[in-house]
Amino acid sequence: MKPAHLALILGFAAALAAPFYFYPVLLMTILCFVVFACSFNLLLGYTGLLCFGHAMFFGTAAYMTGLALKTTGISVELAIAFGALVAGLLGLLVGYLAIRRQGIQFAMITLAFSQLVFFFLLQSEFTGGEDGMQSIPRTPLFGLVNVDDSFNYYYVILALTILAVAAYYRIVNSPYGEVLKAVRDNQQRVESLGFSPERVKLVAFVLSATMAGMAGGMKATVYQFATLTDASWQVSGEVIIMTLLGGLGTLSGPLFGAGIIIWLNDELAGFGEWALILQGAILLAVIIFFRRGFVGELSALFRWVARKRRGDGGTPPPVQEGATATGPG
Amino acid sequence: MATSMAGGLAGGPGATGEDHVLIGRDLTKVFGGFAAVKHVNLAVRRGSIHALIGPNGAGKTTCFNLLTKTLQPTGGQIIFDGEDISKLRTAEVAKRGLVRSFQISATFPNLTALENVRVALQSKFGAAYHFWRSLRAVAPLNARAEELLDQVGLADNRHTTAAELSYGKKRALEIATTLALEPRVMLLDEPTAGMGHEDIEPITQLIKRAAEGRTVLLVEHNLSVVSTLCDTITVLQHGEILAEGSYEDVSNNPDVVTAYMGGVDE
Repeated sequence: MKPAHLALILGFAAALAAPFYFYPVLLMTILCFVVFACSFNLLLGYTGLLCFGHAMFFGTAAYMTGLALKTTGISVELAIAFGALVAGLLGLLVGYLAIRRQGIQFAMITLAFSQLVFFFLLQSEFTGGEDGMQSIPRTPLFGLVNVDDSFNYYYVILALTILAVAAYYRIVNSPYGEVLKAVRDNQQRVESLGFSPERVKLVAFVLSATMAGMAGGMKATVYQFATLTDASWQVSGEVIIMTLLGGLGTLSGPLFGAGIIIWLNDELAGFGEWALILQGAILLAVIIFFRRGFVGELSALFRWVARKRRGDGGTPPPVQEGATATGPG
Repeated sequence: MATSMAGGLAGGPGATGEDHVLIGRDLTKVFGGFAAVKHVNLAVRRGSIHALIGPNGAGKTTCFNLLTKTLQPTGGQIIFDGEDISKLRTAEVAKRGLVRSFQISATFPNLTALENVRVALQSKFGAAYHFWRSLRAVAPLNARAEELLDQVGLADNRHTTAAELSYGKKRALEIATTLALEPRVMLLDEPTAGMGHEDIEPITQLIKRAAEGRTVLLVEHNLSVVSTLCDTITVLQHGEILAEGSYEDVSNNPDVVTAYMGGVDE
């Protein structure tokens, strides 16, 4: 058996057993942010686009899922799908307007749009403004299975997360994913080969927005409320940190990044204001010592060990530039 | 100023779409008041290897970028195979078979050599947006990709990421990627720039082989490469055509000699 398969099976077993040992709501929060971080890594890690307002999709979908549950009473999984769909449409609109810009301009435009969305959500009647949208009902799964209990609902969220991560894995390892990575590496060259890099990136942006929306919808059903925080720039920043911490452009990086940050937030909650300072210190340490993120450093270490065993070259692995760099050639 | 060497200005009224696959008529490019290219008439004969040379600042790279549609001309017309492509974009002309390379070797550093070529093959394959399928969907392209890698001598490097290839091999990979599009016209921007002596000869041979059955237009500084490779040479100076013809014709042209010597003296 390959080590990767073994890790997958062990991880799955651990995920199944986890709610017996840990607080299910914390676990579900981690899973929601795993999906969110995956969506973000799809953009930054595999497309080279830094979206500085990713929370607009997360937050919008949270409200939309809540709205669907409160007004129509459709089953919970359909409500999440509805939230994701609306986020995807918002992604299409924002992406269409922003995708021609690159680098810092793209980041600023997406930030501007997310602030616009934030303001809209703040002013709208249906969102409850500053109070947020409260007491969202958790309707039965498929209209049949009661999931009021958090312990049971954990398995629904786990299934959705596995679905999302599988989709993310497939997108990255698809014919399209190959073109996407080529755009990230050298956009001009992709264009000279007869592709429209803008269209490739727009598809990635919409996919990412949809997945971020799924995460937001999931979170709204876990907490049974949606607040402005979900659409705030702080959440946009948090997902960037999760992705960088886990490892940019690595498949399993978002899993670890989201897990570590949410767990830290929870553990450090007792320290009050100090939590942010501790978080900052940890982040600094990661930036200095783990430039490729946890997963990036680990896989580099494995490659290095493997190379040493083969006997060629004892030089440590070179630090790669960020995914947006075009490399030396 | 423009001196015709090979009987009639190639890009003039005499040039037809029959003999010439790529024609630039009265091409002008102005950058903020400075005319980098002035009323250039250029025609590339079908099946030939054509070089654009000239001292630094002569406008050859600008001219090249106009013909490859990387830049939009201020004035004039570009005809590719009888079709006016003056208003088209890079991706659109690439689809029609006019494909360029870049001065800085343009590979996808984090992809393997095989993946680099496969991306190019995907451009005509029609699965480029299939994000829900596995990579098995593009497996039919692997045989052709390996064939192309073999052609440029990269058969053993197919699973090496492009970032790890040597400079010369990166250029070879780039040519394989360009060839994947089966271009009718291949436009090479300084294919030997920055290369050591040991790499220049193989790449020259590679271009010669790649040029079989197609047309090549290249910008090149290395005159020995130009002399062994090219059928027609256009010399530019101050954004205008100074001379055109075979290497012998051009190298014996007193204007060209002055231009190059003058360039050295400055």
